[in-house]
Amino acid sequence: MSATVTAERTVDTERRLRYAISDGWVLTKRNLITYVRKPDLLVFSTIQPVMFVLLFVYVFGGAMSLALPPGLPYVDFLMPGIFVQTAIFAATQTGVGLAEDLKKGLVDRFRSLPMARSAVLSGRTLADSAAIAFQVILMTVVAVLVGFQLHAGLPKGMLAIVGTLAVGYAFTWMFAFAGLSLKSVEAVQAASFTLIFPFVFASTAFVPASTFPSWLQAWSKVNPVSIWVDTFRDLTLGALSPGGENLMTHLWQSTAWFLAILAIFVPLSVRLYRRT
Amino acid sequence: MADQMIRTEGLRKSFGDVHALKGVDLDVEPATVFGLLGPNGAGKTTTVRILTTLLTPDEGQAEVAGFDVVRDAEPLRHVIGLAGQSAAVDENLTGLENIEMVGRLYHLPAPEAKRRAVEIMDRFELSEAAHRTAKTYSGGMRRRLDLCASLVGRPTVLFLDEPTTGLDPRSRIEMWDIIRELQDEGTTILLTTQYLDEVDRLADRIAVIDVGKVIAEGTSDELKTRVGGEVLAIRVADRSRVGEAAGAVLGLGPGGGAVDNNIGEVTVPVGDQGPAILTEAVRRLDAAGIALADIALRRPTLDDVFMALTGHAAEEAEQPKENGKRGRRGRRG
Repeated sequence: MSATVTAERTVDTERRLRYAISDGWVLTKRNLITYVRKPDLLVFSTIQPVMFVLLFVYVFGGAMSLALPPGLPYVDFLMPGIFVQTAIFAATQTGVGLAEDLKKGLVDRFRSLPMARSAVLSGRTLADSAAIAFQVILMTVVAVLVGFQLHAGLPKGMLAIVGTLAVGYAFTWMFAFAGLSLKSVEAVQAASFTLIFPFVFASTAFVPASTFPSWLQAWSKVNPVSIWVDTFRDLTLGALSPGGENLMTHLWQSTAWFLAILAIFVPLSVRLYRRT
Repeated sequence: MADQMIRTEGLRKSFGDVHALKGVDLDVEPATVFGLLGPNGAGKTTTVRILTTLLTPDEGQAEVAGFDVVRDAEPLRHVIGLAGQSAAVDENLTGLENIEMVGRLYHLPAPEAKRRAVEIMDRFELSEAAHRTAKTYSGGMRRRLDLCASLVGRPTVLFLDEPTTGLDPRSRIEMWDIIRELQDEGTTILLTTQYLDEVDRLADRIAVIDVGKVIAEGTSDELKTRVGGEVLAIRVADRSRVGEAAGAVLGLGPGGGAVDNNIGEVTVPVGDQGPAILTEAVRRLDAAGIALADIALRRPTLDDVFMALTGHAAEEAEQPKENGKRGRRGRRG
């Protein structure tokens, strides 16, 4: 291969990368504008987790504290679970948004343009991740208002928040796949919640696993939501964390699950997008 | 071949066991309007989707502006514009933001994208609505906005998939004017439609497509000549006697003819014997005592052509539109 051909290839690769970024950014902006112009979407998807917090803390809190180690307030136990739940629920918007774009013919328009093939998906997942960040930060404020406290210092607490956002980002790709395969907003919404329930509720997100029947304990132990929530509890509760494993093991397992979801759903979604 | 702006050869596409295209050959010259006419499900949309790189053909070849639609899909996308059946605009963006976004995705620098967006919206009389979100637009405005989006990259070849379906008569005429203007500027336009009058008015050449095959191709006049010169159209005053009238006159022409019971009309191709046959028809009908509401010699319409070519009327196969489909329902547009 001659030097000029190699040089041309490099230029070509560089240009592609530049377009992938700039086109992705154009679509991220477009999706963010939608969030701003349709604030009801964000408002209602934020109200829901707030209601969960109030429900769990004030309705179940008293009973729940009996199942917790002494000295551990339920709200401190609960919040990492609520964060993860908030992030995952908010990520369903990726599937809904893509199904809407497909239905309205916007995806056809994008695919007929000389834009980067990755931009529709990267713009969507990035904008939705920004919305997730907004909701998680709002939840943090609510958490503080209902008495949530960090027991292992601020840096670790921040790491828990960043981890929550990473979980949300990974799930946007899972729902991107759902949106592209199901192609209808209603189907995506129904499927999302069916998909979410065994993960979010059959986990340690809201209650300690010690009261589960043994088969459920077995599931909860390998359930990535449990692993993430336990990790974030290590980071916010410190020595009070009922997780059992040590922090490093949890961090390692959490990262592995995060990468595994991306490794599965990014290529699947991209392949599906190219073919639809 | 290099002179053709669009050229397809033996295009085939199936969705499962539904054969949407069964060998489509097209040739479109530069700066012309080419009409692809056919009922729903004929394969119009599938053809457009292949030519705009949204689908790959199972068999056959297609070139647009000298680019192979499969091999050179990427460079091809720089020179085409597509306005589909459903106005593909983002409802939550303003009109201007929509066009600017598409301009940016054609990789125009931001100021240039903005300049062109303003210019093009002004041209299509959307300036006043430019800063309103697209969801406030009427159906006709949305189509115009969609067309703006397809033009912001200054395409050499423009694909319009049923550009007037669902539009009110005024918006329809506005759309026709726009299409003529674009052609005058040198844009090659491939237009699909189910409306005969639309291609009759706009298209330089027409391909009639039915169940995945081109069944006739030519200018509007050529297609009309295929029916055989002029047509004698007789409308009876009393619809119940249309059968009698048909019996009296159908044998007069060189062959063929049609009876429309709904409107009480008999049409007979008359070749170049128009006046003689007309006189004889009047005589016979008068002798039979059949009163007429109307009798005339006319050039055949594309309706006559479609009827002659396919054995069914152009719009009878019309079905309710389905959104977000394609593929699954198979034979479509």
